[in-house]
Amino acid sequence: MKLTKLAIAALAGTLAAGPVLADLVFPGLHYRTGAYGPNGIPYADGYVDYFALLNERDGGIGGVMTSVPECETAYNTEKGVECYESTKGMGSLVYQPLSTGITYQLIPKATADGIPILSMGYGRTSAANGKVFSHVFNFPGNYWTGASAVINHILDMNNGDIKGKKISLLYHNSAYGREPIRTLEALAEKHGFKLTLLAVDHPGQEQKSQWLQIRRERPDYVTMWGWGVMNQVALQEAANMRFPMENFIGIWWSGSEQDVLPAGDAAHGYKALALHNTGSDYPLYDDLKKYLYDTGKASGEHAGTVLYSRGLYAGMLAAEAARTAQEISGRKDITSEDMRDGLEALKITQERMAEIGLPNFGPSFEVSCENHGGPMISAVQQWDAKAKKWSLITDFAGADMDVVGRLIDEDSAAYAAENNITERCN
Amino acid sequence: MPAEFYYGVEVFINGLMAGVMYSLVALGFVLIFKASGIFNYAQGVMALFAALTLVGFQNGQVPFAHLINAIFGTDLHHFGWHMPAFLAIAFTLLVMICFAYVVEFLILKHLVNQEPIILFMATIGLAYFMEGFGDLMWGSDIKKLDVGIPQGGNFWIEESTAFLGGENFYGFYLDNLDIVAAILALILVSSLVMFSQYTKTGRALRAVADDHQAALSVGISLRTIWVIVWSIAGFVALIAGIMWGSKSGVQFSLSLIALKALPVLMLGGFTSIPGAIIGGLMIGVGEKMFEFLIGAPYLGGATENWFAYMLALLFLVFRPQGLFGEKIIERV
Repeated sequence: MKLTKLAIAALAGTLAAGPVLADLVFPGLHYRTGAYGPNGIPYADGYVDYFALLNERDGGIGGVMTSVPECETAYNTEKGVECYESTKGMGSLVYQPLSTGITYQLIPKATADGIPILSMGYGRTSAANGKVFSHVFNFPGNYWTGASAVINHILDMNNGDIKGKKISLLYHNSAYGREPIRTLEALAEKHGFKLTLLAVDHPGQEQKSQWLQIRRERPDYVTMWGWGVMNQVALQEAANMRFPMENFIGIWWSGSEQDVLPAGDAAHGYKALALHNTGSDYPLYDDLKKYLYDTGKASGEHAGTVLYSRGLYAGMLAAEAARTAQEISGRKDITSEDMRDGLEALKITQERMAEIGLPNFGPSFEVSCENHGGPMISAVQQWDAKAKKWSLITDFAGADMDVVGRLIDEDSAAYAAENNITERCN
Repeated sequence: MPAEFYYGVEVFINGLMAGVMYSLVALGFVLIFKASGIFNYAQGVMALFAALTLVGFQNGQVPFAHLINAIFGTDLHHFGWHMPAFLAIAFTLLVMICFAYVVEFLILKHLVNQEPIILFMATIGLAYFMEGFGDLMWGSDIKKLDVGIPQGGNFWIEESTAFLGGENFYGFYLDNLDIVAAILALILVSSLVMFSQYTKTGRALRAVADDHQAALSVGISLRTIWVIVWSIAGFVALIAGIMWGSKSGVQFSLSLIALKALPVLMLGGFTSIPGAIIGGLMIGVGEKMFEFLIGAPYLGGATENWFAYMLALLFLVFRPQGLFGEKIIERV
């Protein structure tokens, strides 16, 4: 009798509390092992910590708890696809694979499954065209705008005239590293500089041939699309050959503490692009400390570093898109299609960034049906080896959209023709 | 002579230097294969583990700090001292000797008389275990390795050769680290050859390499020999780890340097110490010259890995035992 009463009371309590909502699932296709693990770990920590903070502090997003089931890809495309297949049935809302190779493979699969991909600053550049790529987003910047930003910075250093200058691209010989070539070739034609392409095979531990070529040809500037050990070796070789560091400019994936610290003081002055600000001097870190680091729920070991900041930023953008999706759909337990709508209607303002606890951390921007690439802006940061600190030395600025926009249109049109995709947003 | 000729010479010399670096890794493989017939897949990971341990000792890092902190809620990171390089190297060597003993005790002694493929599989398992164990013990951050080896271009060589090729030639570039590596490799190979030729233990090693059963029958302890040879391979791995780790920082991609040693072994033979050196030099020069003359100008570059394996494959076709390897004839 007593048990029956208890059961009825429990049932009544459950009914009164309303239905239990499933977690909002943000699968983490991360890599914490292998050659690229040192880069993957801080990013993954930042991503996981952001959602953990939302759970601890706010009770999730809109009252629904979040979960980040992690799957180890080891930066391997096949494993990444396996991870996608094994997690997509969990009610996954959005994928951020942190690999251009994996992103390329997932684009048709995720589109068919109705799950959006947010490849923040990587992946297929022409996915910025939302008219063709309905489920892929790559805001706030992409490789082609990155390539243009590097050239714009070099233009600024040369009073707008780089005709006859020699610029070398040192790139990871993979889908990622090859991505900016087309843009740089178009920009070389436009500005009259001579472009040399220098491929480095995975993982990039040995680069003597490439740097001897750089020494022979004496380019005025070297730009780098590297990842993992390739970055550290390139910086060491540049220092060994006394290449001026201020003329060595990496993409945002070649601009973390891990890349410059092994070269010590020799890396002083090296530059890299930045998609966002960095450091732990933001109010959000007070909450991270209070709810996670001090309670032992996260180590905070990489807090404030470039790649941890990027993971946090990626988590924040996904969470804001989920919040937007909840508002649009009127439901708390959103689906992946709702999430896609949320990403497409995402609006990041400085007011909202300040509310989140990240004032002036990244740019304001809006995403639309046509534009999945957001503002396509970036800044240049420079490494101070004595202070062991990156500092932004330019404002966030746009790319040469005459060139980049044309290339995005051409490439996305070719993809649409290949895959019989009818343009949307009309 | 035109500048292009001298640049070709420069690439040749740097190929030799790169070859020495490959040889340092290949030597460890040869030592173990020679003494026990095991192709040690874990040699690259041993170099990584040795380098991680060396940096850990130097920086006074608390081993397993992450694990201890996670279990006991402590905040341990460092002991607070900085160990001199020579002392850290000595301690690391001790760790590698302990490692050799543990490998023999836990793995090899249980696999005596097993097929070579079984022993090979065991070393694959060992490699993955060591990678995770190293991560757990020392963390996965990239660590700067500084044992006092000079780095950077040798300006004296550069400046004193700049006159050779006219105004477009800037002198020969040679990395100080590569020069040190070449000297070390020379000392290492000479010592190893002398050790195996002129010491009692060295002769015992060769006896075991020739015939396990016969060596056992004359009272040579197979287990002791295996511990010795794995210890020496650990020492060679430490040297390789120091040289490669100084270039790129100590990180987990260091274990992939083993991939650079494979074509060297195919070319030089799995059982010859001088073969590892000659093979390394040939691979180093071959891949760098091919990249300089054909790869970069006509094929878009990044041909080095491909060329090294192609060259090794060609040797396999015409001389399967490698240049200096022993021809194995099995009668049935």
